[in-house]
Amino acid sequence: MNESTAVVKPEALQREDNDRTYFGFWVYLMTDCVLFATLFATYAVLRGNTFGGPSGKDLFSLQYVLAETLALLTSSFTCGLAVLAARRGDKRLTLIFFAIPFLLGITFLSLELSEFARLAHEGNSWRRSGFLSAFFTLVGTHGAHITAGLIWMATMMAQVLRRGLTQSNVRKLTLLSLFWHFLDVIWIFIFTVVYLLGAIS
Amino acid sequence: MKPDTKALSAKPYVFGFVASLAFTLGAYFSITHHLFVRRELIALISILAFAQLLTQLIFFLHLLDEHGPRWKLLVFFSMIGVVLILVVGSLWIMNNLNYHMSLQQMYQYLNNQGDGI
Repeated sequence: MNESTAVVKPEALQREDNDRTYFGFWVYLMTDCVLFATLFATYAVLRGNTFGGPSGKDLFSLQYVLAETLALLTSSFTCGLAVLAARRGDKRLTLIFFAIPFLLGITFLSLELSEFARLAHEGNSWRRSGFLSAFFTLVGTHGAHITAGLIWMATMMAQVLRRGLTQSNVRKLTLLSLFWHFLDVIWIFIFTVVYLLGAIS
Repeated sequence: MKPDTKALSAKPYVFGFVASLAFTLGAYFSITHHLFVRRELIALISILAFAQLLTQLIFFLHLLDEHGPRWKLLVFFSMIGVVLILVVGSLWIMNNLNYHMSLQQMYQYLNNQGDGI
């Protein structure tokens, strides 16, 4: 910013460009919220339809889900720190800080998948009842987003490793962190509506 | 010109993280330790979830850090509108549907139809 005036204009244009990209991605995130809202509504409607089978209270271990929640929350936090490092131009710190949310994301996903496997193994798969269909659809859709986010994170780390913190890479990392924070926000509601409310009703 | 120094501070993230952690653990322990009766518990964990939503929107997703026209905020509120219509509407309709479609009521409805002709 202290450089000659010749650089100022492209920089301003670049910022405008970035703002537009961020806004476009924001609109995508908002439409994704609508997708999750339909799944939440379905779950809320079908919650009691256990067809004589187990309800949420019988199936879920809150302690286990708390571990998932804390993993995802810490992941979201460190992802934010990683983007700060990227904006400062510190490549090494960026890579280290992105490795943490990546590993925590893997932890979250494996916890979730082993819960799914346990439920299916006990005969409580999505075929068991309307409640379980809605549960697997809602939580599974979130898990699919997490998987996509992890793949995105891995490719971005490879990009940063190869090309460094170019303007385009920093922009993509910022979008990735928005996506990751958004998934954590959705999880707050899965944690509250599915698991916590499920445990007391 | 650009509030870069503000945007590069880790403070909002740390604050958001600590607050989110407190809300999550608060909701968890109030359930596991049965701190309140059921109705109060439901209200409490809903409020905690909402508080955490606001915290993360502001400190992680930077909802309020916009310069110029607030398009982000506008799209956000229209999303909230759609979500409320979807969720509240679905629950309202489906709960009433169950009520109106009880077997007895259905017979009553059909009988009334017959009388009319």
